[in-house]
Amino acid sequence: MTTKLFGERVPRVEDQRFLRGKGRYVDDVLVGPGAGGVLHAAVLRSPHAHARIVDIDVSDVLDIDGVHLVWTHDDLSGAMAEPLPLLIPHPQLTHGRTQYALAKDEVNYVGEAIAFVVADDRYLAEDAVGRIKVSYEFLPPVVGLDGARGAEHLVHEDVPGNVAARLEQENGDARAAIASAPHTLSLDLTVERSASTPLEGRGTVARWDPDTGRMTVWTSTQTSTGVRAAIAAKLGMDLGQVDVVTPDVGGGFGVKINHPWPEELLVPLAARTLGRVVKFTEDRREHFISAAHERGQQHQVEVGYDDDGRILGLDVRFWHDNGAYTPYGLIVPIITSTQLLGPYKPGAYRVVFESLYTNTVMVTPYRGAGRPQGCYVMERTMDAIAAALGKDRTEVRSANFIQPDEFPYDHGLIFQDGRELEYDSGDYPASLDKLKALVGWDEFPAFREEMARERRRVGIGLACYVEGTGVGPYEGAHVHIETSGKVKVATGLTTQGQGHATVFAQIVADALGVGFENVEVVTGDTRRMPYAVGTFASRAAVMSGSAIHLAALRTREKVLRIAADALEASEDDLEIVDGVVSVKGTPDGTASIDLGTVAVLSNPLRYAFDEASKAATQFTVGDPGKPPVAEDDEPGLEGRDFYSPERSTFASGMHAVIVETDPDTAEIKILKYAVVHDCGRLINPMIVEGQIQGGVAQGVGGALYERMAYDESGQLVNASFMDFLMPYVTEVPAHIDIDHLETPSPLNPLGIKGAGEAGVIPSAAVFASAIEDAEAPYHPGLGITAMPISPSELFELRQAHPPVEPVETKESS
Amino acid sequence: MSEELVDIRLTVNDVVHALRVPARRLLSDALRHDLGLTGTHVGCEHGVCGACTVLVDGRPMRSCLMFAVSAVDTEITTVEGLAEDDGSPEGRLGPVQQAFVECHGLQCGFCTPGFLTTITAGLKHNPEPTEDEAREMIAGNLCRCTGYANIVRSVLRAAEIASERP
Repeated sequence: MTTKLFGERVPRVEDQRFLRGKGRYVDDVLVGPGAGGVLHAAVLRSPHAHARIVDIDVSDVLDIDGVHLVWTHDDLSGAMAEPLPLLIPHPQLTHGRTQYALAKDEVNYVGEAIAFVVADDRYLAEDAVGRIKVSYEFLPPVVGLDGARGAEHLVHEDVPGNVAARLEQENGDARAAIASAPHTLSLDLTVERSASTPLEGRGTVARWDPDTGRMTVWTSTQTSTGVRAAIAAKLGMDLGQVDVVTPDVGGGFGVKINHPWPEELLVPLAARTLGRVVKFTEDRREHFISAAHERGQQHQVEVGYDDDGRILGLDVRFWHDNGAYTPYGLIVPIITSTQLLGPYKPGAYRVVFESLYTNTVMVTPYRGAGRPQGCYVMERTMDAIAAALGKDRTEVRSANFIQPDEFPYDHGLIFQDGRELEYDSGDYPASLDKLKALVGWDEFPAFREEMARERRRVGIGLACYVEGTGVGPYEGAHVHIETSGKVKVATGLTTQGQGHATVFAQIVADALGVGFENVEVVTGDTRRMPYAVGTFASRAAVMSGSAIHLAALRTREKVLRIAADALEASEDDLEIVDGVVSVKGTPDGTASIDLGTVAVLSNPLRYAFDEASKAATQFTVGDPGKPPVAEDDEPGLEGRDFYSPERSTFASGMHAVIVETDPDTAEIKILKYAVVHDCGRLINPMIVEGQIQGGVAQGVGGALYERMAYDESGQLVNASFMDFLMPYVTEVPAHIDIDHLETPSPLNPLGIKGAGEAGVIPSAAVFASAIEDAEAPYHPGLGITAMPISPSELFELRQAHPPVEPVETKESS
Repeated sequence: MSEELVDIRLTVNDVVHALRVPARRLLSDALRHDLGLTGTHVGCEHGVCGACTVLVDGRPMRSCLMFAVSAVDTEITTVEGLAEDDGSPEGRLGPVQQAFVECHGLQCGFCTPGFLTTITAGLKHNPEPTEDEAREMIAGNLCRCTGYANIVRSVLRAAEIASERP
């Protein structure tokens, strides 16, 4: 195999469609003058954070022309009337709770679905929602981790202390190691809530076909097979009756992995009930209050270390705000608790967390999925040790790195997939060297002095992370060479902008020896690949990329077997170049056969309908002495395979940032941002860099701007893009310097590791480090322990840490 | 109770469409759901994200903040109208679209139509923007995927392509 496209900056095939306005997102399905008859749904959502529902009166709705259906919980029956699935039932999740498709008796967050209306259009559906009268008996809301931990009030009356789960893991005896360490310190660290906020919210369209007894559902999800199974189970249908198609998705970032949303069940149920196409498209406010959030955690760290800053014992306790329900189990806090370790090897480690209920939107993974919090905790600890010892922050990190000759490195813990936390490969010292060079770490003190002479405050920070990517259980792929010579590829996981149609076609083009333009990739369509898990945990390239590579190789084997027969040559002597199989070393055109013809030969036909098929009828092909299809063979030029790794592969990286803080206004400005990234072998560096740049921007939002502002009654007061400060171009670094290290993964055939989430993981950590560094000469003892941080909060921290002899004044006098 | 409907004509990408809509129907919904021009996307419905930006008489406007009835007697350009006629069925990509391909200026593609229309109008106004001006040009549109760096590059590249084309 000659590798041609793997590793190249191949422009994306999907761009043509998107740039011409021909993308097909879920709200684009079945629209326009020719698609009359689509009905639209709207949902009545709780305006209260915690209340008992006393009565729901829908009588006024019935007067409105164009309203077809109104449902409350009383209208649901069977499995639809039961709580939604608890998707990941971790054994330690002793008090898992999920909501109902429509609230039964009680609401537990502002935004919880209470009633569902279907009408001729969304305007009428919303009119109808506005006429539903609900009377409530108010209950005291539990808001924020302090409220949840205090447990003066309970979110669910049968969940004592608001504790959904408590989980502890330990490797060695951390408390003893800390007790006998020469130095110790402790830290309290918090991170506030944020959310994925893709530009496209949730949406579902369903069409019930009574003639064939099939349901087709289009939904904006990160797992079409998951939604399919949920619909079949909840609507009492056979799996084979339900097709789920994930069209183009306008961003996911984690939130769309949770499923089934109430609407993903109510829409198909309404379509079947009414015999009409039904569509639900979420609006922005609904996305803020009824999808999912993440990040909110409080942490306490105790650490014991030696004179070199080497960690002898690390003891971390943290509290995770899981919101009102726990459909996605304990994935986020488990990831925090394990990925916190980053590239380091503490002598002993203990972690304990509690996952707590609050009367707020539920929490499911958001890009990074608990890693940003873990990285922030570990890196703040590293900075604190360096400060206490008066050492350079990079030196302390170096003293704790797992060394390149120590892989595979087993942390003695269990990861989110129930497998050992065992790193496969990496080279952290090399990454740090690259980062220091890229950001100019050693030159920074001179720069700081130069800036100080201009009365400017600057600081530098760094943060290192390791990211378990490509978790199981598996993904699969189907590769089909048609008689035209075109190659059709299907994998079941979904796409939200990562360029899968391009990178997967690169892999197939290389493996099969066909032109890239002849490869077409379909993702997230259960009709094309019914076995799949989903797109999360930076797993698509690793999992589906590997499966597609394996399936393409299987197809190639079949091509060579048939071509060898036709060309009367040995398979070993054949090569495939530009879609033509030929005997190596023979002149062009002699002893060759194109893939389309091989496809014809692979499928012996009874009927001819064109020239190609005429060549494949039983009169033309095959040995009359043998069955047309050999006993152990199948017709068709296809290959299918699955990839199921023993455990995750661990990508890594380090970020550094130089910030300037305004001495008067505390405004925080980014002067330089540097990224060193190791995701194994790169399929398409252009796309990987795009992922990093996007991740960094999202990280800047999370570190400096974005937070979910709940008031004490549980109202989300900034539930719009006016008030939730998602970065525009004006807030992100103008340039990001990126350097790659490629440490191949030994766990998969292509040596790749995931790249999707990396950019966002170290953001809170790296900004806290840099801002603290900028302030250190002026406000000793000013520690950044709560993120995100706004200029007002930095200003308040300054007030709380009165300045020493101001360096600026001295220099400027 | 049923709604009063208004007969209107909308001129979109040089084609005149006759429509009967309620007075409250948003221009974005009329374009998408009544005319089937789904290239215009709706990201927030409160005028902040810019995904629904279309050109009204050449000027970028948030179609989620306009009623369809107030767009009569205007020339509307949507993303579907940005390709250039070169005799091929689909036309060739306009300079801004072409620049987005070359600079990897999009990922999920949802915000992209709003950027394309905004930049098209911006380059008419300022055909040779500096990098700072390019950033300013797109400072009212949200993108959650790209981190904007490649969109800024796309603006600069689009200016080059436009100047190279006759």
